[in-house]
Amino acid sequence: MQTAISRRRFNLALAGAAATTAAPAYLRAQSKALKVGVLLPRSGVQGFIGQSCQKGADLAPGVLKAMLGVDLELMNADTETNVDTARTRAERLIQEGAQVLVGPFDSGAASAIAQVAEQHGVPLMINIAAAPQITEQGYKFVFRNFPTAPELVRNGLALIGDLFRVTGTVPRTAVYMHVNDTFGQANTKAIAAILPKLDFLPFKIVETISYDPAAKDLTVEVGKAKATGADFLLLVSRLADAIILRREMVKQRWEPMGIISPGSPGMYENQFYQALGKYSEYCISNVPWYDPGAALTKTIEAAFKKQNPKEELMFHALNVGYTFEALLVVADAYKRAGTGEANALTDAIRTTDIRDRMMLGGPIKFDPKGQVQGNASACVQNLNLRPTVVLPAASAQAKPVFPTPGARKG
Amino acid sequence: MIANRRTILLLVALAIVLVVLPAFANPYVVSVATLVLFFAYAGQAWNVMMGFAGQLSLGHSLYVGVGAYAAAGLFVRYGVGAWVGAPVAMVACALFGAVIGALAFRFRIAGVYFALLTIAFAEFTRIGFDHLPALGGPGGLFLKVEQRDHLDLLALRGPPAMFYYVALALAACALVFCTWLLRTRVGYYWQAIRENEEAAQALGIDVFRYKMLAILVSSSMTALAGVFFAFYYNNLFPEQIFNVSRSIEIILGPIIGGLGTLFGPILGAALITVLADGSTELIGALGWDIPGVKQVLYGVVLLGVVVFLPHGAWPVLARRLGLQR
Amino acid sequence: MDALTVVDLVLAGVLTGLLYGLMALGLSVIFGVVRVVNFAHGEMMTIAMYATVVLSGWLGLDPFLAVLPVAAVFFALGYLLQRGLINPFITRPEHAQFMLLVALAIILVNVLLMIFGPDARHVQLDYLLEPLEVGPLLLDRGKVAAAAVAAVTAAALFAFFRFTLTGKAIRACADNHLGAQVIGLDVKRLYALTFGLGSACVAVAGCMMILLVDVTPTLGPGYTLLAFVIVIVGGLGSMPGALLGGVLIGVSEALAGLFIAPSAKSMFSFGLLIIVLLLRPQGLLGKSA
Repeated sequence: MQTAISRRRFNLALAGAAATTAAPAYLRAQSKALKVGVLLPRSGVQGFIGQSCQKGADLAPGVLKAMLGVDLELMNADTETNVDTARTRAERLIQEGAQVLVGPFDSGAASAIAQVAEQHGVPLMINIAAAPQITEQGYKFVFRNFPTAPELVRNGLALIGDLFRVTGTVPRTAVYMHVNDTFGQANTKAIAAILPKLDFLPFKIVETISYDPAAKDLTVEVGKAKATGADFLLLVSRLADAIILRREMVKQRWEPMGIISPGSPGMYENQFYQALGKYSEYCISNVPWYDPGAALTKTIEAAFKKQNPKEELMFHALNVGYTFEALLVVADAYKRAGTGEANALTDAIRTTDIRDRMMLGGPIKFDPKGQVQGNASACVQNLNLRPTVVLPAASAQAKPVFPTPGARKG
Repeated sequence: MIANRRTILLLVALAIVLVVLPAFANPYVVSVATLVLFFAYAGQAWNVMMGFAGQLSLGHSLYVGVGAYAAAGLFVRYGVGAWVGAPVAMVACALFGAVIGALAFRFRIAGVYFALLTIAFAEFTRIGFDHLPALGGPGGLFLKVEQRDHLDLLALRGPPAMFYYVALALAACALVFCTWLLRTRVGYYWQAIRENEEAAQALGIDVFRYKMLAILVSSSMTALAGVFFAFYYNNLFPEQIFNVSRSIEIILGPIIGGLGTLFGPILGAALITVLADGSTELIGALGWDIPGVKQVLYGVVLLGVVVFLPHGAWPVLARRLGLQR
Repeated sequence: MDALTVVDLVLAGVLTGLLYGLMALGLSVIFGVVRVVNFAHGEMMTIAMYATVVLSGWLGLDPFLAVLPVAAVFFALGYLLQRGLINPFITRPEHAQFMLLVALAIILVNVLLMIFGPDARHVQLDYLLEPLEVGPLLLDRGKVAAAAVAAVTAAALFAFFRFTLTGKAIRACADNHLGAQVIGLDVKRLYALTFGLGSACVAVAGCMMILLVDVTPTLGPGYTLLAFVIVIVGGLGSMPGALLGGVLIGVSEALAGLFIAPSAKSMFSFGLLIIVLLLRPQGLLGKSA
C-alpha cells in the first residue's frame, strides 16, 4: 500500500513538473503571434535613449501587421543600464516564452545578453551597439543590423571628404576633441588607423583633446582647442557634453569653420536645439540615418506621428529607425520560416535579404558572423533647427553650408 | 552563535536546497540565485573588514575591478586560465589593500576619513583604467567566449549551472572560513579592536598589524569575486566595475543582513536581490511603467530597514527561528 | 599656448572654485558641528537646481531673485530633516548614518527622475552667453556672478558665526558637546539650525550652479564626492578652508587639464585628497585634532 501511494504521488509530481515545463512549448505552437522580448535601458543613465528606442518598438507591430501580415507580441523589459539586470531580465523573458530577443543598445549589456541567447539557442537581434567584438565572438544566434565603430567612422570620414568637395573648401587643420568613453575611444582608434590612408582628405589633426564624460566644466578643453587656431573642430561627443561645449565656444568667442562629428550622438538630438537655439545651427554629424525619400520612412513617419503626436521622428531617427528595422528583420524571418521554433527562425534570419528598408545603405543581409555590412551614414546638418540630410546628394533634403557663415580665426 | 542542533539542521536543509536547485529550477531562477550567491560572497569578504575589524571601506569595488582585470587580462593576452589568474588576482588586490592600509593606518586615519580615502582610491583607479588601452580602456575588455556545452573548470568556461556552483562554492567556503576566523585569536583581537580600539591597544594588541591583516584578507577574498565576475559576464568596463554604485551594492547585503554576523551577508544578499527583482515584477504587474518607481520603492524599504532594524535582519530572524539564546 | 590663455583659464578655475567652495561650505558647517556625514548633499543641491529651473520657467523668476526664497525653503527643510529623521542617528555608528543618507539619496534621485524625466534642464538666459571683457581677458559672466554670490554668502555666514549669539552657541556645541549642554544650550535646536543653515548654503550654491551646468537627476553623487574632497582638503570646521579648498580644486583641475590630459583631471583632485589625508589630515586650514 505504502509504495503504491508514494508511486502515485511521485507520478503526479512528475506529471506536474512535465506539464509546467511543457506548457510554454504547447502555447508557443498554438499562438500565431511571435513572442518578441524587447530589452532596452529605460531607466538609469541611458534611460532617455532606451525610451526613444522603445517608441520604435511600440509602433512596429501595427506597421508590420499591415506590411507583412505578421503578428508580433512584444514583451518589454528594462535593463536599467545595468549588466546584472540585463542578464536576469533576458533569462526571465526566455523563461516566459520569448522566442527571439531584440535590443539592448548598450554594448556591455549586449555582450551579456548574447551569452544568454546563445546558451538557450534563442536568436538575438541587436538594434544598436557599436562595439565590434560582439560579432567577433563566434556566436551563432546573434545578429546585428548596425555598423560597427570602425565602419561608422570610415563612412563618416569619407563623407567629410565629400563635404569639402561639394562645397569647394580646403580646410588644412582640425582639432580633434573626443569624450573619453567607449564610443570616443573606438572613434579615436578608427581615426588613427583610417585617416592616414584616406589621402583624399586634405586636413591633418593638429591636436587631440580627450575629456571626461562626467565633466560639467569644459572651459579648459575649449580654451586649449581654441588656442590651436585650427580650421575646424572634429568632435566625438555625447549629447550633454555637446551642449556644454557649444555653449563654451560661444562664451569664448571661438567660431571655427565648422563643427563636424565623424560619428557620434549629440548634435542632431532634440535637446541640442532646445538648449542652444540659434547656436545649434550649421553643426554637422555624419551618422547612420534614414533615407528621407524611402517609402518605408514615410510609413514609419505617419505611424510615429499617430503614436507620438507631440514629437517628431527626425529627433529619434537613429533609435526608432534601427529598432524598427530589427523588428522588421524578425517579422520577415518569421513569415518566411512559418514557425517560431528557434532553429528555423534563426536560419530564416540568416537568409534575410531586405531591400525595401528605411535606413540608408545596402540591403539588410547578414554576413557569416551575423553582421550587416553596408549600413551607410548620412551627412546631417542642423539647418533651421532641424536635422537635415545634406549628403549623399541622392537623398539630400538641402545643400550643405560650409564654412559656417560668420566663422573667424581666433 | 551557538552551534546547536537547530542551527545545524537548518544549515543542512539550506545546503541541500542550494545544491539541487539547478535541477528543478528554471534558468531565470538560477541566474538570480547566482547573483545572490555572488553578492553573499562579496558581502562576506567586505564584512571581514567592517563587521569584524570595524574599518568602513566604501571603495570595495576597487578590489572587484582589480581582481577582474588581473585575471581577465592574463586570459586575454596570454591565454592563461582562471585557476592561475585567480591567485594572481588575489596577490594584486592584497597589494592594493596593503598600500591603502599602510597609508591609512600608519597615519591614523579612521572612521569617515578612512571611508573617503577608500572612495578616492576606487575613483582614482577607475579613471586610471579608463586610460589603459592595453586593458581595453573605456571601450572595455572583452573575453573570448567559447562554446558553452562542455565544462572547463580550469578556465572557468561552461554553462550557467557551472557558474552557479562556483558561486555556491565560493559563498560556502567564505562562510566556513569566516566562522573559523572568528574563533581564532585573530578573530578575537579583531572584535576587541572593533569594540574599542584604544582599549585594545592598551591591552597590548598590535592594532596596526591586525588592521592590516583584516584589509589583506578582505581584499584578497574580494579579488575572487572579481575573477568570477570577469568570466561570468565576459566583458569589463572601468566605468561599470569600479563604480561607486558597485561598492554600495556590495555593502548593502551585510548591512541589511547584519554587520559582523556570519549569516548576515547571505541573508542580506538574498533579501536585496529578492527585493529588487520582486519590485520589478510587482511594478510590471501593477502596470506602473514609470522609470524610477522601482528605485524609489527600493530606497524606501532600505530606509525602513536602516531606521527600524539597526542591527540588521539576521538577529531578528535568528531569534524567531530560536537559534539565539 | 600663450600666457593670456593660461591666465584666462586659471582665472576661470578660481571663479568656479569659489562656487564649489560655497557648496562645500554647507557640508563643512554640517559636518563640523553635527558630525553627520551628509551623503545626500549633492542631491540637495540638485533639487535646488531643479527648483530654480521651475521658478525660472513658470514664473519667469531670474535665478538671482530666486536665491532668497529657495534658500529660505531649504533652511526650513534642513531644519525639519535634522529634527525628524537624522537626530536619532547622531549617536549611531557611521555606517548607519551613511546608509540612512544613501537611502534618502536614492529616493530623492528617483523621485526627481519620475517628476522631471532624464532630460537635462537648464535656465535660458541669453545674457549669460555674452562674455565679460576685462582688458584682453574674456570672462564667463555666469562664473563671475556665481563667484560673487558665493563670496557674499560665505561672508554672511562667517559674520553670523562670528558675531551673533546663536552663531557662537553653535560653535560652542561643535567645540564641546557636553560642555554646551552643561551650560544649558538647547543642543537639539542648535543642531537643527545648523543643518538648516548648511542646507540653505547648498541651496544658494544650486541656484548659482544652474547658471553654469545643466541639471539631470543623477548629478548628485558626483557633487557629494567633490564637496567632501574640498572639505577635507580645506579643513573641517574651517569656513575659509572650504572656500580655499574649492579654489584649490578649481585651479588644480584647470592646470591639470591644460598641461596634462583633461580626461584625467579628476584623478588630480583625488590625488590631492590622498596627499592631504596623509600629510595633513586636518586639512590646510583646519585645527589640529
